[in-house]
Amino acid sequence: MFSGKGMFHFIKISCTTPKVLIFALFFLHPFTSVIAQESNKNILEQPGIIGTIVLGAMILIIATLIAIIRASTYLKKIKETNSLKSPEGLRQQIVNLEADKIAHILEERTRSEKMPQKNIKFPKFLANVKEKAAYALIHIDESSINDYLQQRLTNLGYELSGQELGSNAEVLDKRGLVVSQSQDVSSPIYDDKQRSDYKIVADPALAKIVISYIAASTFWLLFGTFIGLYVGIKFVAPDIESLSFLSFGRLRPVHTNAVFWGWSSLAMIGLGYFVVTRTSNAKIYNVRWAWIALALMNLSVILGTIFLMAGINNGGGEYREYIWPVISLFAIGLFITFLNFYKTVANRKTEDIYISNWYILAGCIWTLVLVTIGYLPFYQEGLGETIIQGYYMHQGVGMWFMTFTLGLVYYFLPSSLNKPIYSYSLGILAFWTQMLFYTLIGTHHFVFSPIPWWLQTVAIVFSIGMFIPVLAGTTNFLLTMRGSFSQIGRSYVLPFMLVGVLFYFIGSTQGSFQAFRFTNFVWHFTDFNVAHSHITMYGIISFFLWGCIYALVPKLIGREPNQLLVGVHFWLSFLGLIVYTFSLMIGGTERGLSWIEGAPFIESVSLMFPYWLWRAIGGTFMFFGHIFFWYNLHLVYRGWRTSTITPKEKRDVELV
Amino acid sequence: MLNLSKNHALLTFTAFIVFFGLSTVIAIFPALDMQNSVQPLSKAVDLSPEERAGLNIYIAEGCVACHTQQVRNIEMDKVWGDRPSLASDYYYSKKRMDVWRQSPSLLGSERTGPDLTNVGKRQPSQDWHLIHLYNPRIVVEQSVMAPYPWLFELKSPSEVEPTDVKVNVPKKFLKNASLVVVAKDEALNLVKYIQSLKQVDPSFAIPDFIPSSGTDAFAETTPDGQALDGKSLYIQNCAACHQPSGEGLAGAFPTLKNSPIVIDEDYDFMVRIIIQGYDARDEYGVMPPLGDQLNDSEIAAIVNYERNSWGNEAARVSTEDVKRIRDFVNALNQ
Repeated sequence: MFSGKGMFHFIKISCTTPKVLIFALFFLHPFTSVIAQESNKNILEQPGIIGTIVLGAMILIIATLIAIIRASTYLKKIKETNSLKSPEGLRQQIVNLEADKIAHILEERTRSEKMPQKNIKFPKFLANVKEKAAYALIHIDESSINDYLQQRLTNLGYELSGQELGSNAEVLDKRGLVVSQSQDVSSPIYDDKQRSDYKIVADPALAKIVISYIAASTFWLLFGTFIGLYVGIKFVAPDIESLSFLSFGRLRPVHTNAVFWGWSSLAMIGLGYFVVTRTSNAKIYNVRWAWIALALMNLSVILGTIFLMAGINNGGGEYREYIWPVISLFAIGLFITFLNFYKTVANRKTEDIYISNWYILAGCIWTLVLVTIGYLPFYQEGLGETIIQGYYMHQGVGMWFMTFTLGLVYYFLPSSLNKPIYSYSLGILAFWTQMLFYTLIGTHHFVFSPIPWWLQTVAIVFSIGMFIPVLAGTTNFLLTMRGSFSQIGRSYVLPFMLVGVLFYFIGSTQGSFQAFRFTNFVWHFTDFNVAHSHITMYGIISFFLWGCIYALVPKLIGREPNQLLVGVHFWLSFLGLIVYTFSLMIGGTERGLSWIEGAPFIESVSLMFPYWLWRAIGGTFMFFGHIFFWYNLHLVYRGWRTSTITPKEKRDVELV
Repeated sequence: MLNLSKNHALLTFTAFIVFFGLSTVIAIFPALDMQNSVQPLSKAVDLSPEERAGLNIYIAEGCVACHTQQVRNIEMDKVWGDRPSLASDYYYSKKRMDVWRQSPSLLGSERTGPDLTNVGKRQPSQDWHLIHLYNPRIVVEQSVMAPYPWLFELKSPSEVEPTDVKVNVPKKFLKNASLVVVAKDEALNLVKYIQSLKQVDPSFAIPDFIPSSGTDAFAETTPDGQALDGKSLYIQNCAACHQPSGEGLAGAFPTLKNSPIVIDEDYDFMVRIIIQGYDARDEYGVMPPLGDQLNDSEIAAIVNYERNSWGNEAARVSTEDVKRIRDFVNALNQ
């Protein structure tokens, strides 16, 4: 019944698309005018540039769509309140009232001192539609209402004899199919989201592991993005302080590595423990291993941070800045994690291995190969190091974060929509093509460099091949969501997932466009790359992880977060990311064009100032979003600490 | 029949072996080939111990985050070097640093600051580099580079040893104006490393820059002296020390505004300083010779810009005039 409503929303929204496009063009105006004035028109005819502009416009369109969906829900609510002032609207509301409430209303209406009102004004303390309806029913000046109320009261009094279906059986929800029941709509300013009051009955040891991994990752998120924000501020205030261990060159890798190995990796693994055990219907193979791995990985990030701030790094290659003894701790932790996942999957009680576990097991094993190849010294003198660097930094994102997170999405997206994934086969196609194409394209980070031309060409050609896994994945996710778009407005999990899917398509496609030789011309070495890496690591990975965490943790603990604050987190992060990436993409393009024109280099530094300032503003939004994320989790976790397991739950746990 | 979705061992092994195979082909073999087949250019020399120590500081401070060291084979990169970078150029610098740290990632991936492939030729002055490291904004007002004061010591004038290298930092950049800034070995080594970054003549023919896309949009200016933009040449080659305002920097680099040498009717001395360099005045840093980097028409364009900017007014100089002086200088040196 909801899908029909959803379609209606969609048609209504698509009519506003031209306006949205105009808005997008307006936003892009400084960008297009610069190109038109300073370098002929034909830059706009370049496929890579056109593609990127289209992708950028899509972000804005979808952001607007989400905002419109939310706004229309709110408007509907106002309309609903207004309808309460007419007798017809009120009549329809009677059905929502319980018998004793109706009896109470009738009693109030008959009391002589209550003055009926011509135009009803609702007092502020009435929080929801039901209370307002009751209030209006008491005060409306319409005698026919009495009859309707009386009629309803009589109807409610009707009782089944218990023999209608020819049975004496008691009507009972024996299998617990009814998940929750709520008629209480309480927020005055936003649409109330679906609640999940039920608690997943999980092995307490597993719950403890998942929750601890997520807690640790949240710490690294706050730490890593605080450093990131501070480093971003240094672009506009380079003399903010001049301490060696806080200098830009030392802190930049602290930021990237903390959010890579601390935040994303730990959150992924924590969620992975849940997905692997649940989809295999098996207990976690070894609980102790999970704790040891958590300790090792945290130790690795702590030591790595200290070493980097002391000026001890592996040679400055991106994401390879931790020296080998430090990354070894992480690698050992990852190896233990892999074994634990593998053994758990081996103990599965289902015949098939669920698609999520393909991605998760492969993500772990590929990353182990990757780290080993990245750190072994035998082929890394001279430009050998550069080839490995291109391979390593690209695969670090593609084979670890992207692969593992997609595995999580293949579980959490269908489960939070309460329906199966659209196509299992598409997921498998995406899996193998991801491995094939992603692996071959690392060198596209060094186009036009002294690395062999054939390697560069292979990388560019297969970058186009990346469209296959990306389209397969995006299509699969969108078709899974099809018919459930109206749920986005009613869920606090799905907006994160939708943004993740959107950026998965946009970020990956844009990455392929960026590998073209012409786009490389304009954008390579500029801040455009920084925007791209935030679209992927933040827009895709972090948004998916937040979606998964909000989907799982409240149910695991049996306590809901504050929905308003989840919304605040979502919008701060989303808007912050848009401001961050758009400012750097526009600034990066201007900078690239300035270089092509041969203007003095320092001009290309000065012209970035406003864009760097906007980047810092966007980054501030994002960081505050993370504080809300932490606070939301904190509120949920507090419920976990105080809750005790009842004897019934204990029995259920033993059955799992 | 392979049934990957039912056999976890087979699935994991397949994923492992295919990925490992692809990695070998796309990364390990090409890397091995690059490592073993590339030889240094015949004129290239290994880094001295001081320069290598400087390279270690360069890596420790994360300079590679903002500075590339690769001149790509496209026309827009021409400003950074005389020729595109070759794999051989990295033979000595990209060696494993020690047992803890691998070969440095010098090529870089972001150009927030200038490319440094040829900075030793473009900007040879030690004085400039030391001041710039102490705080880049002393010499380049718009710079966003991090300051590196911990590579320097502050000493009271009585403590300064005769061997100390003093850095002329303007008073307003010092908290305590009575102290003297002295470069530590770290700073001196780092500058030695930066000065060593020069492209070596390959002594064999190499592919030239790819002209940019062949469209009008990115056409180069003609090498004709009249069409050259003296201002942008000045900004690229001179402004780092003498400043875009032409006012120089008190105690480090002399002003060109109202300078008797610059506005003198006889331009010979000024052109000779540009070609030969200049180190006659103690209160200022050493002016490096630029005769090898700039051709006659470029020097003429710069001289004309300097003689007719910031309130300066003097007669124009032609390319032929510069050529005459250059020939004279060359004859003197022979």
